[in-house]
Amino acid sequence: MDHGKIDRSGFSAAEQQRYDRHFLLPGFGEGAQRKLKNGCVLVIGAGGLGSPLLLYLAAAGVGQIGIVDFDEVDASNLHRQVIFDEAQIGESKVEAAKARLQGINPLINIVSYSQRLTSANAMEIITGYDVVADGSDNFATRYLVNDACVLAGKPNVYGSIFQFEGQVSVFNHRDEKGRYGPNYRDLFPSPPPSGLVPNCAETGVLGVLPGIIGSMQALEVIKILAGIGEVMSGRLWLFDALAFESRTIKIGKRADNPLNGEHPTIHRLIDYEAFCGVGQGSDIKGISVDEFQEMKRGEADFQLVDVREAQEYRRKNIGGFPIPLSRLEELHEQIAKDKKVIIHCESGARSATAIRTLAELYGYTNLYNLEGGIRAYLAAFPPVQS
Amino acid sequence: MDILLFGIAREIIGDQKLRLPGDHGIDTVMGLKTWLLNNYPQMGNLNSLAIAVDQEYAQDDLKIHEGQEIALIPPVSGG
Repeated sequence: MDHGKIDRSGFSAAEQQRYDRHFLLPGFGEGAQRKLKNGCVLVIGAGGLGSPLLLYLAAAGVGQIGIVDFDEVDASNLHRQVIFDEAQIGESKVEAAKARLQGINPLINIVSYSQRLTSANAMEIITGYDVVADGSDNFATRYLVNDACVLAGKPNVYGSIFQFEGQVSVFNHRDEKGRYGPNYRDLFPSPPPSGLVPNCAETGVLGVLPGIIGSMQALEVIKILAGIGEVMSGRLWLFDALAFESRTIKIGKRADNPLNGEHPTIHRLIDYEAFCGVGQGSDIKGISVDEFQEMKRGEADFQLVDVREAQEYRRKNIGGFPIPLSRLEELHEQIAKDKKVIIHCESGARSATAIRTLAELYGYTNLYNLEGGIRAYLAAFPPVQS
Repeated sequence: MDILLFGIAREIIGDQKLRLPGDHGIDTVMGLKTWLLNNYPQMGNLNSLAIAVDQEYAQDDLKIHEGQEIALIPPVSGG
């Protein structure tokens, strides 16, 4: 083979040996390898999807890889999380993964974040990276990663699994004309009710499936960094492992996307646990926006209470009786005890607090939390334009 | 009209495909979502279900008819 035109400047002898097959590959070569070397990728979750993602990105020579995970290696992880060894059970996942990756490729830089990704830290962590790959395992984190990527202008390489099925897409990808592709909220504007869709820990997963889906994510990360091929933007890939069938669904942008639609309402990260109804299960009764809409149309008598503050109420409301959370104890007598009372706030968090307070202090048992709050309600049932 | 099912919808409906009764009267994506929620309330809420018609994500007002490939794609979160 003629290596006469090849420019391997900037690559050490060790790198030239290691990445030789990339250098040789037509349509890839030194230019693409240099982009990988200069690239920074953040992998959210060192689990089933994170394992192949991290292994392939490290082996491929991505210059800096960040890993976010708060958990420790458990024996039940090992059937699918192939980055870990038996001997690492009980260790911090990010540290165990980092050790393995440095063993595979000592020529790259691994940064570990042994913490839960939250609304408080996500922007700061994500800002330093070129590409984000989402291998998380719950809806709250998926919406958090999506929103943070859109707000920070980063591509979000999404993969997700359920039992024998997987989904892959690249969200918020900026094309050569500077236009951003669809994101997770274009596909799923609101999360399913909390507890409806079980995760791997609850329902099980075929161990090899995240290996397939996570490898697809690694492929898309490498394509984005290297600038090769057609990125999986504006398309959702569905894989059914049992049938060995896949489908590619075209997806577009929604005008009502609250992040970057025609009238954006989300300008900073929100409370994603409240948005996804997490932690409202045991002691607080919830009502979905659809159930609430049904109720409004029906005969049953009920009271709707809005616990947002006065200025929020003035900006928009859905006809609830205003009892701001800050004046709850002063005004609680105006909340009915003899019929169903639906309590809402912006996203469901403050109304949950109000319900707990009212139950504890005054013995209310007839309160229901509007899941996702006024935001979810108006997203599902936008006011009719006159 | 046959609906291809994915994810949790397979568990809820108990099959990989759902055949709608002949008199369903459904002619839009929103009509289909409403029918699904009325018949399978545990499916969640309208805005958390994605429907694809002929392999394209379908907005609620899209007209649907016999002979199209219609797929119900609920969100999954596993990792």
